[in-house]
Amino acid sequence: RKQKAKTRRSKRFLQSREPKLTEGQKSSMIIRGGNSSETVSQALKDVYALKKPNAVLYKRKNMVRPFDDSTALEFFSKKSDCSLFLFGSHNKKRPNNLIFGRMFDFHVLDMFELGIERFVSLRDVKTDTCPEGTKPLLVFAGELFETDREHQRLRNLLTDFFCGPRVSAVRLAGLEHVLHFTALEGKIYMRSYKVLLKKSGCRTPRIQLQDMGPSFDFVMRRNHMASDDLYKTAHRQPRGVKPKKKKNISHDAFGTRLGRLHMQKQDLDKLQTRKMKGLRKRRGEQTAETAAAAAKAPRTDE
Amino acid sequence: MASCSFEDVLAKAERDEAEKLKGITVSKELDLEFDPGNLLAFDKNRIDTREFKDCKREDFLRSLARDNTQLLVNEIWKLPTERVEEVLVAKLPDPTTLLPREKPAPKPKPPTKWEQFAKLKGIQKKKKTNLVWDEVHKEWRRRWGYKRAKDDTKEWLIEVPENADPSEHQFNKRNKAKKERVARNEYNRLKNIARAQKIKVPGMGLAPTPRQSKAELAQAVNVAKISTASVGKFQDNLPKEKTPKNTGKKRKFQPLIGDFSSEKQKQLDLLKVMDSKKPRLDVTKAVNKQMREEDMESRHKNKKDFGKKGRRGKMSGKGKAGGKGPKGKGRKPQMKQGKR
Repeated sequence: RKQKAKTRRSKRFLQSREPKLTEGQKSSMIIRGGNSSETVSQALKDVYALKKPNAVLYKRKNMVRPFDDSTALEFFSKKSDCSLFLFGSHNKKRPNNLIFGRMFDFHVLDMFELGIERFVSLRDVKTDTCPEGTKPLLVFAGELFETDREHQRLRNLLTDFFCGPRVSAVRLAGLEHVLHFTALEGKIYMRSYKVLLKKSGCRTPRIQLQDMGPSFDFVMRRNHMASDDLYKTAHRQPRGVKPKKKKNISHDAFGTRLGRLHMQKQDLDKLQTRKMKGLRKRRGEQTAETAAAAAKAPRTDE
Repeated sequence: MASCSFEDVLAKAERDEAEKLKGITVSKELDLEFDPGNLLAFDKNRIDTREFKDCKREDFLRSLARDNTQLLVNEIWKLPTERVEEVLVAKLPDPTTLLPREKPAPKPKPPTKWEQFAKLKGIQKKKKTNLVWDEVHKEWRRRWGYKRAKDDTKEWLIEVPENADPSEHQFNKRNKAKKERVARNEYNRLKNIARAQKIKVPGMGLAPTPRQSKAELAQAVNVAKISTASVGKFQDNLPKEKTPKNTGKKRKFQPLIGDFSSEKQKQLDLLKVMDSKKPRLDVTKAVNKQMREEDMESRHKNKKDFGKKGRRGKMSGKGKAGGKGPKGKGRKPQMKQGKR
């Protein structure tokens, strides 16, 4: 049933939740499951700290099993208008479980279950962290991310989760945070470092990294990937977004921009050229003029 | 001789360059794939598992991260930069990794009647100023809305035009015309919306009723039942249907001229009650009733909000007990959806 807005404020609120041509940053909801250990709770809090302004943390226990029944998650996502989620739980069969997932149109698109084998929290690493909301540098390493289909989808999901708002320009001194994911033998190591830009001989600085932030050792467990056509539908962009191709402009191999001008047929006899004042016909001075013209001719030839 | 020194100079320059770039060069087997729009880098190189196990893990990962980050930063530093408010900023290109959308693309709305006409005639939208100069009040006022520049309705003097009826009320005429304009605008707006959503509008065929509640449906059934020539007397009930018993007159009035003695008695009783010093209101009963009402209200409110927030609210499960505390009705002021 469609919600009707009774005040202008509520109308603005509903409009902000409608689908738009170009979308802003995705919000994420971080949910705690039926039973969760100290590790999982701390892990959820750390990820919440990383994603601070655009995340909601549901600290109370939710008896939900995402892989069996995702209607509760979809309901939460609809209420809070979040399309990314992180569900943490702990039981004997699957200890320290984190499920990363995303939604399309408030239905589950992809879900990946990762088990935490080793976790170092923000509290344990005693260095100063970068300010909230900095766009992190993302690095993925490991050929598994290229060859294995599930790892490819996981890479896409992790990029979506951690990438932050889309910006047109970035402050060069503000690149402080880097998240590094390594895929090795079915395990994924996520590390987060603070970037220190040191002087080097030339303009580009030399990088030094300092341990910061949460670090996880994940092991891949179950997953639920979207079917190919649903995935393709989710990527479909509306018509207004693609930049309009300008006609008659082309770029050649050297990068120069070439344009084409279309002209009407010109009558070369009546073409306007530079006016040579001396060549103008004067009355009664024919001989002088012809002599002047003869004198001018060799000069103009030069 | 000269050519030798020339080559020497070139070689020296190259060595100097290499020295300078030593700090930032990283050698890798395969080049990384970059997506500067997302500040993303992907390293496809094989990771030496032996090295991973031999050295300490963290150090190996950190050096790998350092190399990859160095390459990514080199790539970012190659982008065009500009100075924005004394800060050096690099302009990022569009991101190349395809990320799925959050919601499906919005469908373009069909143009309204006016928009169609404007497109047909080639009428462009003219940009208008926000404020207009009002001569009467000698100040800048908004073009339309509250306290606008030329407000017809606020005129205190209207000249009666020559061809008009002298007894006609000019102010009323103006107000009526405005009301008609407003109503017509609203009707046209709704027609545009109906055309966009392809819903029928009343006036052009009956509007279909939206999803009805159980009570509404029951009422509709009852009304349909008695809408026969014999007012539903011969309409059979469905197997489990019960006839509603509360039909008929809801209030019974005594006839105007009836039993004189009973009427006299009634009037005398009324006078006696008015005369007596004892109050009609039983205070204890009234207070109990009020308290019960308050309890029900607060319990319903609590239940409603508890169900709404689900397990997400930050209040504890024992919040209800706190409700009967000293604050009473004003316990949770933020929950009241009163006038803002």
